[in-house]
Amino acid sequence: MSLDKATVQKIAYLARIEVKDEELEPLARELSGILHWVEQLSEVNTEGVAPMTSVAGELALPMRQDKVSDGGYPEKVLLNGPETTNGFFLVPKVVE
Amino acid sequence: MAYLIEGDTGPWEIVVGLEVHAQVVSNAKLFSGAATAFGADPNSQVSFVDAAFPGMLPVINEMCVEQAVRTGLGLKAQINLESVFARKNYFYADLPQGYQISQYEKPLVGEGEVIVDLPDGRSTVVGIERLHVEQDAGKSMHDQHPSKSCIDLNRSGVALMEIVSRPDIRSPDEAGAYLRKLRSILRYLGTCDGNMEEGSMRADVNVSVRKSGEDYRTRCEIKNVNSVRFVMQSIEVEARRQIELYESGGTVLQETRLFDPGKGETRSMRSKEHAHDYRYFPDPDLLPLKLSPDFVAKIKASLPELPDEKKDRFVRDYGLTPYDAGVLVVDRASADFFESVAKGRDSKLAANWVMGDLFGALNSTGKTIDTSPVSAAHLGELIDLITDGTLSGRLAKDVFALMVESGKAPSVLVEEKGLKQVTDTGAIEAVIDQVMAANADKVAEYRSGKDKLFGFFVGQVMKASGGKANPGVVNDLLKSKLAG
Amino acid sequence: MSDVTHLTMTEALALLGKGELTSVDLTKAHLAGMEQARSLNAYITETPEKALAMAGESDKRRKAGQAGLLEGIPLAIKDLFCTEGVQTTAGSHILQGFKPPYESSVTTNLWNQGAVMLGKANLDEFAMGSSNMTSHYGAVKNPWKRKGDERDLVPGGSSGGSAAAVAACLAMGATGTDTGGSIRQPAAFCGIVGIKPTYGRCSRFGIVAFASSLDQAGPMTRTVGDAALMLKAMAGHDPKDSTSAPQPVPDFTKSVGASIKGMKVGVPKEYRPDGLSADIIGAWDKGLAWLKEAGAEIVEVSLPHTKYALATYYIVAPAEASSNLARYDGVRFGLRVPGNSLDEMYMKTRAEGFGREVKRRILIGTYVLSAGYYDAYYAKAQKLRTLIASDFSQAFETADVLLTPTAPTPAFGLGENLDDPITMYLNDVFTIPTSLAGLPGLSLPVGLSSDGLPLGLQLIGRPFDEETVFKAAHVMETAAQFKRWEAR
Repeated sequence: MSLDKATVQKIAYLARIEVKDEELEPLARELSGILHWVEQLSEVNTEGVAPMTSVAGELALPMRQDKVSDGGYPEKVLLNGPETTNGFFLVPKVVE
Repeated sequence: MAYLIEGDTGPWEIVVGLEVHAQVVSNAKLFSGAATAFGADPNSQVSFVDAAFPGMLPVINEMCVEQAVRTGLGLKAQINLESVFARKNYFYADLPQGYQISQYEKPLVGEGEVIVDLPDGRSTVVGIERLHVEQDAGKSMHDQHPSKSCIDLNRSGVALMEIVSRPDIRSPDEAGAYLRKLRSILRYLGTCDGNMEEGSMRADVNVSVRKSGEDYRTRCEIKNVNSVRFVMQSIEVEARRQIELYESGGTVLQETRLFDPGKGETRSMRSKEHAHDYRYFPDPDLLPLKLSPDFVAKIKASLPELPDEKKDRFVRDYGLTPYDAGVLVVDRASADFFESVAKGRDSKLAANWVMGDLFGALNSTGKTIDTSPVSAAHLGELIDLITDGTLSGRLAKDVFALMVESGKAPSVLVEEKGLKQVTDTGAIEAVIDQVMAANADKVAEYRSGKDKLFGFFVGQVMKASGGKANPGVVNDLLKSKLAG
Repeated sequence: MSDVTHLTMTEALALLGKGELTSVDLTKAHLAGMEQARSLNAYITETPEKALAMAGESDKRRKAGQAGLLEGIPLAIKDLFCTEGVQTTAGSHILQGFKPPYESSVTTNLWNQGAVMLGKANLDEFAMGSSNMTSHYGAVKNPWKRKGDERDLVPGGSSGGSAAAVAACLAMGATGTDTGGSIRQPAAFCGIVGIKPTYGRCSRFGIVAFASSLDQAGPMTRTVGDAALMLKAMAGHDPKDSTSAPQPVPDFTKSVGASIKGMKVGVPKEYRPDGLSADIIGAWDKGLAWLKEAGAEIVEVSLPHTKYALATYYIVAPAEASSNLARYDGVRFGLRVPGNSLDEMYMKTRAEGFGREVKRRILIGTYVLSAGYYDAYYAKAQKLRTLIASDFSQAFETADVLLTPTAPTPAFGLGENLDDPITMYLNDVFTIPTSLAGLPGLSLPVGLSSDGLPLGLQLIGRPFDEETVFKAAHVMETAAQFKRWEAR
């Protein structure tokens, strides 16, 4: 799969990474190169093979008890915030 | 009768499916130990997991799984013993992880159904496509700061059940009845408090219209509608918008819309449409959720009697009409109240008192069954007093009014106010004698054949006894005395 | 006493136990070494006050008879582990100024066993790299140089700072993390021992995530015995990590020195590609000979899907990373570049905050998960992963442990291999299959290349059988008599 500039632009937006116009072309080439390379997988017949998400998949998902054991420290939650006020994080105003 | 909207080109049918987001009743969040209580200070119920700090990992709350299974069983649905949590990736200010942990290809609960009772007495079945468990997002507030939006993550990570119906709903009334029934089931199960004002139940409404016999046409999704009334209104409004579009030669675009109850219209949320691609994939921080048949069986064994079963039993055991039974079982408290009143008593009389007098009184005083000033025991006692002849029907109504006012037991009130019915024949005979003496002319007329005057005498006797004379005794005695 | 920083942990613990050394003195010696060797850029953050305070506490505990497994041992912590109140950067600009209000489970375990933190070690940004050149805080220099050549070499990556610090005796050991070779490859490049344990052996809680299904923490030390000891201290089931294995932690130190008589050592035939350097092949053959001499049996095994492991990895890891790194959005911690809208703020923050390689992987990961491409890329890679893992299961039906090279080359020059990402990715060709299968892999130095650089071999074990790996590793270590710092 060769990526064109528009696709790179779309992917960059999905990932919320600003890409300058002049970077689009070289980035498209670079990403296309990687994609071509990984496409070698298509030569393997994987019919009937189950996908593996995790090697730990055989284990049962551990569950915890329904107890309040965390939270209650808003000052710690907000401590590293670039912009906060009155207990809130602030972001540029969202117009809906 | 099918619900149709008449357009310029003839009648249109509407097709509706609902995606209900129901907040799971639990102490702690789905993947963290932070509290879920409503209305706390901003960011005070937030763990580092909920705020998606680096290196934080989710660990699932067993109670949330149980609640979702319980709900699935209550919806007569298939429980999938293996289900998978997947990440739904998108950026938003109140979505700290940059993804929502949800379920995609393998939900916890598969197909089920809800029997919906309609106001006209009909019932219809709405299919459930699936139920899955997911995290709620935080809250963005846009009106607290001139140039910024404020983010509170208290809700972030609270467990939700998304209950997706099939597009089986054909009218606003059906949609309303479906939501009420679903809420009733969730409340019976104790899995969601169903409180739409606090946002613990919200609906996304998928609406399309079609001509009779057609396949489905393009649908629009109205996001986040937060009351039954608004759901019903938004369906009507959106269906009319689509019909107008079609009839003026336009087409309906598949899009997300917002209902504005003030303006009574839906409008496009184009901003949200922008290049969405959720890139679902199995969450590698969580293993597949595998449940043992035993886990499910234990929950099944602990299910309470649900509205439909209770309704059937009320019809069967108490001889109620399906309609009356349906009204009584809407919430568990009313049903329980009725049952304790009806137990060992005339059930029809009990139903009439609960649904007529009690519900009326609660309605006019703005109270609920849980805060009712009249307890089930007191209402039962009142019915006993009627049955044993202590109170006449009329007196009972008076006593009931006093019970609503004071919260006192009927026997106490009867004693206090001397409202006991008089059945002593001697006392009643004395009153009859008085009345006959005072109306000698009428007695003569009666005896000369004017039978209709009998009612007059009864009225006079009752009045003279202050309403306390037993009407049956009065009738008998009057008849023999007037006969001379 | 000669330089205490050259001691192994085991030796230092013996001296500490006898009262011939204090943790404070040991720590001071390391802090002094760190100051002198700043040009290596092994540490992003040095924490001398904290180190001395911890060392002081440690000496008190030892006096009180409450010594832990690593009581008083000064360590470097890869700056991917969150450390409470101490800046944690992941080597990225985007986490600028971030001080976690919590501690990772692995470091908590280490502190509970008495270890002392010297500082936070440099790494490739978000652990993405094999050279440590992608760090926002600058490249790390390998303490080793080619014979008669003063040019600086890379320490490998991503745990390059950890490897350099341990090799240069700026720490007695270091934590590393390994997603596709990030412990083993730098260990090989710097001539030290590093083990990526079985996936699930060490908790991931509090470690900045790169690719959740692959990330594992492990120790980097100068000897096999130290690695066994340190892994014992780090490992253990953690209810805060749902993928952490509820397995008891064996006493790995008991495997060190144990006999390997009758052990079957597998040699995967696919790990001998054309053009593999004579140095590497020579080292490998030597390693097999030592094991045979100690009573092991050498068997050939086949891992037929090996050639697809790299491509599989470069779909799976970026896909997970694209999602894991979505949380760096300028809202709750780290860098924020202002913007007029929420989207603009996100895009500027992430454009400035992430380096080139990280962005590249996020974009690839976003693409392979996107609508219409998921099946062709991500789902396909997951299926290949199944095949790769089952290759290993089959190999382990005939072999108890596998021996392979760790990396196809010794350390290369700073700035080399930067032009083409795929060339760089090839560094991990021998380590990635193990990661995809979640198996334990240990790299140890076995000799020097013709130009005088350390060469590492990798031992791969069955799931949760680090003990067999340690047994074989110790036999090879004893035979190799690898000269560490003395060689430089």
